[in-house]
Amino acid sequence: MSLILYIAVMAGVTYLVRMVPFTVFRTQIRSKFMKSLLFYLPYAVLSAMTFPAIFYSTGSIGSATLGAVVAIIVAFFDKPLILVALAASLSALIFDYIF
Amino acid sequence: MQKKFTKGLIDGVPIGLGYLSVSFGFGILAVKLGIPVFHAWLISAACLTSAGQVAGIEIIAACGTLAEIAISQFVINLRYSLMGFSLTQKLDHSFTTAKRMLVSFGITDEVFAVAVSKKGKLSPAYMAGLITLPFCGWTCGTLAGALASHLLPKAITNALGILLYGMFIAIFTPPAKKSKPILLAVVLAAFCSVIIKYLFTFISGGFSIIFSALIASVVCAALFPIPDEEEL
Repeated sequence: MSLILYIAVMAGVTYLVRMVPFTVFRTQIRSKFMKSLLFYLPYAVLSAMTFPAIFYSTGSIGSATLGAVVAIIVAFFDKPLILVALAASLSALIFDYIF
Repeated sequence: MQKKFTKGLIDGVPIGLGYLSVSFGFGILAVKLGIPVFHAWLISAACLTSAGQVAGIEIIAACGTLAEIAISQFVINLRYSLMGFSLTQKLDHSFTTAKRMLVSFGITDEVFAVAVSKKGKLSPAYMAGLITLPFCGWTCGTLAGALASHLLPKAITNALGILLYGMFIAIFTPPAKKSKPILLAVVLAAFCSVIIKYLFTFISGGFSIIFSALIASVVCAALFPIPDEEEL
């Protein structure tokens, strides 16, 4: 299937999701359940995207696992995003260099 | 008018710099998954969203269906609808429908966070300024990462493949540390995602993200509804 078609669908859906409420609606969501669901959704999405995909994101499962553990530890101490990402990358690089 | 645009530009500097580095990781990941450099850049320029784009290229790499792409983008980016709702309360009178349609393209997590915390009404000029540098950072970073992945040694690009996932971890770990329900959402989503990947192999990657995220959020919303005053 054409790559451009995939990208057009991605961009189209993403734009509509942003544009329609911002342009058309003038009211707030009232349902407590929906508000709660939308509150948790971003975290759940990020987590589902990260695991287990992160274990296959580097040269080997070993280095990726080390990178994931290092990222969680560094993030636990509220370090900036880029520092967490680089720490994960660097530990994976060192692991694959040694083993 | 011009002053407000400049004010927006300045507020967008840290976001732009952050995006520059993160999208570098996206560029690397995209090329690694077999996406050409130009298309990687095009995805970033047309979508301007980290999580949705990663899910998108994962589905493309797995030769998924267009329906999968559409549903995944809808679910993953649904939060922008909510942010859009929230921002409409703060828009000033000069925001015409056409201007709303233009500005809505640039609503990202970080742009929303800055805009919503701003005192007073938001003008179109300020929002346009605020969006400019994050957009430049995101597209330039993607291009640089995609190009670099052809030049850098394999060991380096392999290690950089984890960059974006590291950023995801950096986003959900601090809130999960402070809030038990968020921690449950994160652990449950990861658990479902792993189970689907290894046990329900007929479910593709895109739908796995959708199912896992929805199951986790529905369970958490049912068990721990958020207090009314909670800001989304």
